Amino acid sequence: MVSAAEMLSITAFLEGAHAQAFPSFGSERMGAPVVAFCRIDDKEIRLREPVMTPDVLIVQDPTLLHQVDLFNGLDTRGYLLINTSKSYLDLGLGDYVDRFPPHHICTVAATKWAMEYVGRPLPNAALLGAFAGLTYRVKLESVQTAIRQKFPGKLGDDNAKAAARAYDSIRTN
Amino acid sequence: MLKQIEGSHAIAETIALCRPEVICAYPITPQTHIVERLSELTRTGDIGNCQYINVESEFAALSVAIGASAAGARAYTATSSQGLLFMTEAVYNAAGLGLPIVMTIGNRAIGAPINIWNDHSDSMALRDAGWIQFYAETNQEAVDLHIQAFRLAERLSVPVMVCVDGFILTHAYERIEVPEPEPVDAYLPAFEPVQVLDPDDPVTIGAMVGPEAFTEVRYLAHHKHLQAIDVIPELSTEFADVFGRQAGGLIRPYRTEDAETVVIGLGSVMGTIKETVDEMRDDGVSIGAVTIVSFRPFPMLALRVALENAKRVIVVEKCFADGLGGIVVGSVRMALRGFSTPIYTVIAGLGGRPITQASLRQTFGDAVADKINDPHFLDLDWAVIDRELARGQDKRRSGPIAENILREMGLVGGKPV
Repeated sequence: MVSAAEMLSITAFLEGAHAQAFPSFGSERMGAPVVAFCRIDDKEIRLREPVMTPDVLIVQDPTLLHQVDLFNGLDTRGYLLINTSKSYLDLGLGDYVDRFPPHHICTVAATKWAMEYVGRPLPNAALLGAFAGLTYRVKLESVQTAIRQKFPGKLGDDNAKAAARAYDSIRTN
Repeated sequence: MLKQIEGSHAIAETIALCRPEVICAYPITPQTHIVERLSELTRTGDIGNCQYINVESEFAALSVAIGASAAGARAYTATSSQGLLFMTEAVYNAAGLGLPIVMTIGNRAIGAPINIWNDHSDSMALRDAGWIQFYAETNQEAVDLHIQAFRLAERLSVPVMVCVDGFILTHAYERIEVPEPEPVDAYLPAFEPVQVLDPDDPVTIGAMVGPEAFTEVRYLAHHKHLQAIDVIPELSTEFADVFGRQAGGLIRPYRTEDAETVVIGLGSVMGTIKETVDEMRDDGVSIGAVTIVSFRPFPMLALRVALENAKRVIVVEKCFADGLGGIVVGSVRMALRGFSTPIYTVIAGLGGRPITQASLRQTFGDAVADKINDPHFLDLDWAVIDRELARGQDKRRSGPIAENILREMGLVGGKPV
C-alpha cells in the first residue's frame, strides 16, 4: 500500500503536479492494517496532516471492509475503488454504494490481474491503472512510466501490463 | 535534478555529494533509510573515497565518527530517539573536542511508553550538548541544510545536528531538487581541519582540564556558537547565490509584517501552521508565523526584532518539560525579556499524534481571544486523563498507566486494573 501511494505520487510528478505520499503512522507490526496517503496539487503542498477526507479511497484488502471504519471521511462526491472480484452485494456494500454516482465507484480484480501478469499477488500496479481509469486525474501512460521507474526490467513491464488491464476493465465497464 | 523521491533517500544522495570520508551507523530501529541508502552508495563507489563502518551501537557510531574526525576525515552519522540518547556521552565529547561532525536526527519520541513516532523529545534532550541544531521545515530544506551543515561545522570546528521530522519528512515521497555535484563542490571546499591527529606532527586531543582552565575552554565553545549567529545567515545567503534557492538562516518570518499574533515553531509543522495562517488571514485575523531554523545557537536578536511589534506570541512545540511546560518557549521568553507580550505554549504532536489544521485553527483562535491556558496540550483527551486520575485516587495498586489507558481505549485486550 505504501509503495502504491509512492508510485501514485511519482505518476503525478511525471505530469508536472506536486505530490506528497506518506505512510500512516499506525501500528508497526506484521498484519496490522496499513494506510498510506497521497496528495496531488498544482502548487507546493505544505499541509502535513494525514488525509482525513479523501477525494479517492482505494481499498487494497476488502477483508478489512467490516473490521475498520474505512469509509469515515469519504464524501459521496468522492471516488471509491475496491480490489475484489466480488460484487458490492457480496461484499455487504449494496446499500452503501448506492449513495455514490455510478461513475464514482468501481471494483477491480487487481490481485487477479497481478497473478495473471506478474505471477504474484501484488495488486498495486493494477489498482493504480484502475485509479487512472476511474478518476481521470492521471494518465495510464504516466502510471506505467512510474511503475517502470520503481521496478526496472521485466517486473516493471509485467506490472505495467496489469495496470493497463485494470484500466481497460474500468473504461469498458 | 528534480525528483519525486523519499526524504531519506534525497538526504542520503545529498550527503554522498558532500563527500564524507567516514560514515558510521548502527542500522536498526530507530534508524532511517538514510544510512541504508548511504551504504549502497558507498558500495557502488558513488561517494568516492569513503569508508562505511557498521558499528555495534549508536555509542560506537558517534565514537567512531569522533575518531575519524580527529584524524582529519569528514565524518557523518545519523540516528534518532533512544539511539541518540544511547550516544549521549559521545555527543557531548564531539562538541567539547570541537570536532565538525554532521549528524542527521530523524526526530522521534523517547520512551517510556515505547513509541517510534515523531516528536522533538530526542534532539531537544540534547539541545545544550554544544552542537549546532538546525530544524528542517521541508525535505528540500533538509537536503539544503545538510550541505550548509558541513560548511558551518568545518568553518567553526563545531558539530552540527540537522533535525528532520521522522516519518513526516523522512518517509514522505515529495518533489525535491537533489543538487548536482558541481555546485556542492563549489560551495563546500575540502575539509581543512583546525586540529588533526597526524603521526608526522603529533598532538594530543582530549586532555584532562582542571578547574584552572575548564571555564575558559567552555567559554570558547560558547564563543563559537555566538560566531555561528553571524556565520549562519552568511552561509545561507551564499547558498542562495550558488543554488538559486533560499534555505537555512536563523529564522524565517511568514506574513509577520503587521501581525498582531505571531506563531513560532520548528520543523515540518510549519507547513500546516502556514496553511492555518493563510486561512485565518483570509478571515481577517492579523496573524503570522516565524520558523526557527537554528535552535542552537538560539537567534535571540533576530527573533526579538521579528516579534517586537507582536501583541501576543504562540509557541507550538513537539516536546515539553514535565512540571514546567514548553522547552522552546523558554528560549523565546529570553528573546523577549523586557517585553510584556503574552506568550502561550501549545504542546502538540507528541508521539506522532497528527497536528491538524482544524485543531490549530481552533487553538490559535482561542489564543487570539486570550482564552487559552499556558501550556495548552493540543487535542488532549481530558476524559481519559480524568478516568485515570480517578483510578489512582480509588486504590493504591492502580497499575501501570499506559496499559490501563490502552485497555480503556480497547486497543489491547483485558480489563484495566
